[in-house]
Amino acid sequence: MEFWKEDFYSRKFAEKKRDDTIIVNMGPQHPATHGVLRVLVELYGEYIVRSECVLGYLHRMQEKMGEVKTYPQFYPNTGRLDYAHALAWNWAYVGAVERLAGIEVPERAEYIRVITTELNRIASHLLWWGVYLLDLGAFTPVMYAFEDREILLDILQRVTGSRLTYTYFRFGGVFQDIDSKFIEQTKNFCKRMRSRLNLYRDFVTENIIFRKRVEGVGVFSKDLITKYGATGPVARGSGINYDVRKAEPYGVYDRFDFEIPVEESGDCLARYTVRMREIEQSLNIIEQAIEGLPEGDFRNKKAPKILKPPPGEAYFSVESARGKVGIYVVSDGGLNPYRVKLRSPTYSNLSLLNEASEGMLLADYVATLGSLDLVIPEIDK
Amino acid sequence: MSGIMGTPFLKIVAGLVVVLMFIGLNAILLGYGERKISGFIQRRLGPYAVGPHGIFQMMVDMVKLMTKQLVTPKQADKYLYWAAPLIAFMAVPVLFIAIPFSPTFTVLDVNLGIVLILAFAGLNVLALCIGGWGSNNKWSLLGAARSVSQYIAFEVPILLVALAIAMMTGTLNLSEIVNQQGNFPWQWNIVVQPLAFVIFFVASLAEMNRVPFDLPEGESELTAGYNTEYGGMGFGLFVLAEYTHVVVASSVMTALFLGGWKGPFLPGIWWFLLKMYLLCFIIIWIRWAYPRVRFDQLLNLSWKYLIPAGILNLLATAFLVKLF
Repeated sequence: MEFWKEDFYSRKFAEKKRDDTIIVNMGPQHPATHGVLRVLVELYGEYIVRSECVLGYLHRMQEKMGEVKTYPQFYPNTGRLDYAHALAWNWAYVGAVERLAGIEVPERAEYIRVITTELNRIASHLLWWGVYLLDLGAFTPVMYAFEDREILLDILQRVTGSRLTYTYFRFGGVFQDIDSKFIEQTKNFCKRMRSRLNLYRDFVTENIIFRKRVEGVGVFSKDLITKYGATGPVARGSGINYDVRKAEPYGVYDRFDFEIPVEESGDCLARYTVRMREIEQSLNIIEQAIEGLPEGDFRNKKAPKILKPPPGEAYFSVESARGKVGIYVVSDGGLNPYRVKLRSPTYSNLSLLNEASEGMLLADYVATLGSLDLVIPEIDK
Repeated sequence: MSGIMGTPFLKIVAGLVVVLMFIGLNAILLGYGERKISGFIQRRLGPYAVGPHGIFQMMVDMVKLMTKQLVTPKQADKYLYWAAPLIAFMAVPVLFIAIPFSPTFTVLDVNLGIVLILAFAGLNVLALCIGGWGSNNKWSLLGAARSVSQYIAFEVPILLVALAIAMMTGTLNLSEIVNQQGNFPWQWNIVVQPLAFVIFFVASLAEMNRVPFDLPEGESELTAGYNTEYGGMGFGLFVLAEYTHVVVASSVMTALFLGGWKGPFLPGIWWFLLKMYLLCFIIIWIRWAYPRVRFDQLLNLSWKYLIPAGILNLLATAFLVKLF
């Protein structure tokens, strides 16, 4: 029995199949999909006629869990949504509830949040960088990226207690204070990372095979971006200057001097360049934040232990490594939220692919899929 | 040949035994080298883990490959599926027969040495093709299709270059070609034919499916191409064939361009092995430094650049041979 007669999506997809094409499943176990994403692809030779993403292989009803747990009980779930940039989700949830309940955050905590979130953003981009080159067939960059990422994870482990799915932020502050060793390690890392970026440039960015593989491949037009609401490096690679840190500043981001990298061409190379330049900007922000780190409490002592926010609603959005993370919380005055709505950036970014993929080569499709920086748990929620 | 038990027959049999041992040894050596060099380039400690300097890792791997269950996919063409790795491996000993390791150690000193090697190297692509078809897997089929068109594209520049060398030396016998070169690097063919060496090197990389031209395998695009469905020794034979092709291509390049066994001090065979393993090292090094090219770029490289360059090289060689 042919596989496409077996389930609903495959049957729907196969209805329009041409006679001279074949349908293949890319995923859920294909190495290029970075997780359990399934893409149905109709191939004419190696050209893609059409493709469709099938989601739901990792669905864990995070939004429903938000409604049946008390406010603090939902902390760990946020870290597990986007495991590569967990602190952004932490911050979005904590920020939304703080806005809902009117909890003040001490200044030191805001600075600590900026430092750790930016460190985590670099870790996420490094992971993406290595894995993207794995998609293009180069194995060595993964090892280089992981070498640097390990240092970052060690630093973050000192303060957060975990290495991947952080649950560090609390309502009204953070879990624990950073110490002088953390600051020293972070400074050393910033110095080291700048020289490593030069190595990355020499080793990969200026490699002729790499450039031929990504230049002019997978172009997303501005219209397509606005049509599907894509954000983050994907949108900025297509010349849309939108970054939540600048557009709707949260925390203390408006005090730092940094720029938003924007590239006009909209191809895979543009998204690559945006991310590499973002690493530099994150280093700038971290250095400034460490410079201006104020003394004081790391958590609001008056924050209630048992949280019962007044009836109302609040929305808070932050810029994660993948784009705009938004959390909308509605309270009816009880111990649990009445409704939690999660806006995940990769879900919107992935939608671009079906339209942009028509007529692409299979290898280009893999390159484009990788350049979206997918994290499947975030898409499937 | 004086009767079937005459000297050439015995020599071939003895040579085949030595060659088979050499193939096995080489696969172990190159597998180990591949691990160590990749570990060095990627700054990993992994290749140090099993035994001193990780020397036992290959043995563990071999035990694993040999003891794995041989699984045949449910709807695969059983006979083609298992014939493919065997064909890939069976052609391999023949490749070594014509290679002159030293003046005394040449199994079969035939007049058509290069042609013999190129002809039998082509059996590998047949193996990949029927392996990809027999697996009854669409990714494998794509890998098989890729391997065929890649082989056809890159066989042409190799032949053009070999023809240029043959014109220059007036023979297709590899020992004779080596004999015409001198002991010192400036007397080797690479000095007279640098373009030919570059073309031959690039085209050989493509013929033996090594990065950056490992498109029939392409694990990120085609999951693993032609060997998606293979495990255990089926996969092992493909890998053995691949490593042997690396060695054979390096040997042919050594004989054609780098003066074969010729060198100033040491006995011949050491020079040959030294040059050959240096080329192997470069091939492994390239694998761990470069991304993979796209398929249309790969074919363009051959049809648009290597073949015209090869023809120009051939014409220039013909002109100069006529002139002097």
